Amino acid sequence: MHIVVCIKQVPDSAQIRIHPVTNTIMRQGVPAIINPFDLFSLEEALRLKDKVGARVTVLTMGPPMAETSLRKALSLGADDAVLLTDRKFAGSDTLATSYALTSAIQKLAEEDPVDIVFCGKQTVDGDTAQVGPGIATRLGFEQLTYITKIEDLNTASKEIVVQRRSEGGVQVLKTKLPCMITMLEGTNTIRFGKMDDLFRAARYELKTWSRDFTGAEEGRVGLKGSPTVVSKVFVPKPRAEKAKMIVADADTSEAMAAAAIDAIFAAQPKLAGDLLARAAAGL
Amino acid sequence: MSEPSKPQGRKFQLPEHLKIYKNVWVIVEQERGIVHSVSLELLGEARKLADKLGVEVGAVVLGAESPDLNRICGDAIGYGADIVYKVTDPALADYRTDPYCRVMTDVVNTHKPEIVLLGATTLGRDLAGAIATTLATGLTADCTELDIYADNRSLAATRPTFGGTLLCTIQTLAYRPQMATVRPRVMAMPERDDARTGRVIEIQPDLREEDIVTKVLNFIADREQNEAQLAFADIIVSAGKGLGKVENMKLVFDLAKVLGAEVGVTRPLVQAGWATNDRQVGQTGKTVRPKLYIAAGISGAIQHRVGMEKSDLILAINTDPNATIFDFAHLGLVGDALKILPALTDAFGRRLSVNRMAG
Repeated sequence: MHIVVCIKQVPDSAQIRIHPVTNTIMRQGVPAIINPFDLFSLEEALRLKDKVGARVTVLTMGPPMAETSLRKALSLGADDAVLLTDRKFAGSDTLATSYALTSAIQKLAEEDPVDIVFCGKQTVDGDTAQVGPGIATRLGFEQLTYITKIEDLNTASKEIVVQRRSEGGVQVLKTKLPCMITMLEGTNTIRFGKMDDLFRAARYELKTWSRDFTGAEEGRVGLKGSPTVVSKVFVPKPRAEKAKMIVADADTSEAMAAAAIDAIFAAQPKLAGDLLARAAAGL
Repeated sequence: MSEPSKPQGRKFQLPEHLKIYKNVWVIVEQERGIVHSVSLELLGEARKLADKLGVEVGAVVLGAESPDLNRICGDAIGYGADIVYKVTDPALADYRTDPYCRVMTDVVNTHKPEIVLLGATTLGRDLAGAIATTLATGLTADCTELDIYADNRSLAATRPTFGGTLLCTIQTLAYRPQMATVRPRVMAMPERDDARTGRVIEIQPDLREEDIVTKVLNFIADREQNEAQLAFADIIVSAGKGLGKVENMKLVFDLAKVLGAEVGVTRPLVQAGWATNDRQVGQTGKTVRPKLYIAAGISGAIQHRVGMEKSDLILAINTDPNATIFDFAHLGLVGDALKILPALTDAFGRRLSVNRMAG
């Protein structure tokens, strides 16, 4: 059983600041972290390893400094780590990124066939949720996104049963390996690393792969291989700075409640209609 | 306000062989006969884009043949479609990536739309990511604004990035179709026009169930579950440590009941055992986007804020006039939540029941 977990090193979005004059992102001093959504997938991969036995390889595409995130993943229990890094990858959009990552997964599969690829549901910097499906489609793997639970994995028959979040409910799906899984947030909690894994992670010799090595075509990565272009980046119109404070006629809870409801309905007239319709229907 | 960083693209001219791609499409999301409202919002948006381009709106409705599906095709026309591509096969009854992706890839390659829009839902984002890969074209995720650049008729898709701190406008240049998923409840819901007419093109893709690896064993509808469904709630009443003690949670549930709302909590309340973690809103809990979010006794820590700040309307109730939550709530009420919550429950109850008698 070989599991590949794709992770991305991202700036901690809670600490991003925008330069007031140039309107650009100030990355200086912003700590880099493993994309939080990836941790749910990494933990699930490690749980499968604990349960049925598996080799877990973490893979990331990024600049050399993304090494930090790979070592972190190793310290949590991953067995191997691959850093896919090449200047030619710079400026890749999701189509080019999924192509580049797929070339690395195929390279990994040459020496040890891959049964499951885990990806994060989406990243906190790009928020696209498109790279996982892109990889699944390219590899011809069954695509299982927004998974809330892995109910069963039978390594002999290579069958897996999962619960998948859909808009109106939960789908219970049964499929065959190989598959690509993205876990929904909040479905597990990332473990603490063990001391010996921590030492192993520090000493581990990372595999650093280039575009040439994985055989990704030059014209299909980076800006050249990306159908989308960013034509404009701008700061959203700031919302009215502070809350509009509700002032009641009298200093009683009743007066405050009445004033609050008036303010809500004034701000959201449609909501008032919906609520009244709902009440009229006797719900 | 805007500081164009790289104005490349607007002057770009489309290669001749891609000019045969015409019309604006919406992939209508239906699950078990229920259409997701974002699909109707998108038909309204597609109408506007198509009118700017002088082309038609196409709606793709996929599923197993049923009266529900025919009704949905009629709805699609009423909400703005000129052409409905009704794609039916028993294997399309439930959403599964592989058959949906294969069918959509064929339909797009046959009819060549210039723009394909989907809702940024679990279905839409799953499917869009797959077909953009088979079609090898550009896809912009989770858009909040769509427009056409008149210079070259290309789609300008605007979306938040870096957790909403920045907006960026993205274009797909020398590739067709141009694809985008669009965030639910951002675009206005169009009025249904029963007088509208359109044509329905029936497509039977001839799928074989034995070729499809993934099987749907069961579907557990949310309404049959006891778990809180915060992510899909229209109204959420949330509580923080300001409520003082666990007994006061009743005040929150009472108000939620009158409003048909869900109850949310901050992380400390889950840690204190006042509520289960399916109710936690914030960085390590759920991200919610209701029409109304009432925050009672919540100070407004960043961990909570990132999970709820995109709500349409936030009403904050807090005794401390300097609480952080008043920096990003839309409406603020300085006062004791323990007294105001029951007053709100009474007042809402009265207003809504008055209407029931009148109606």
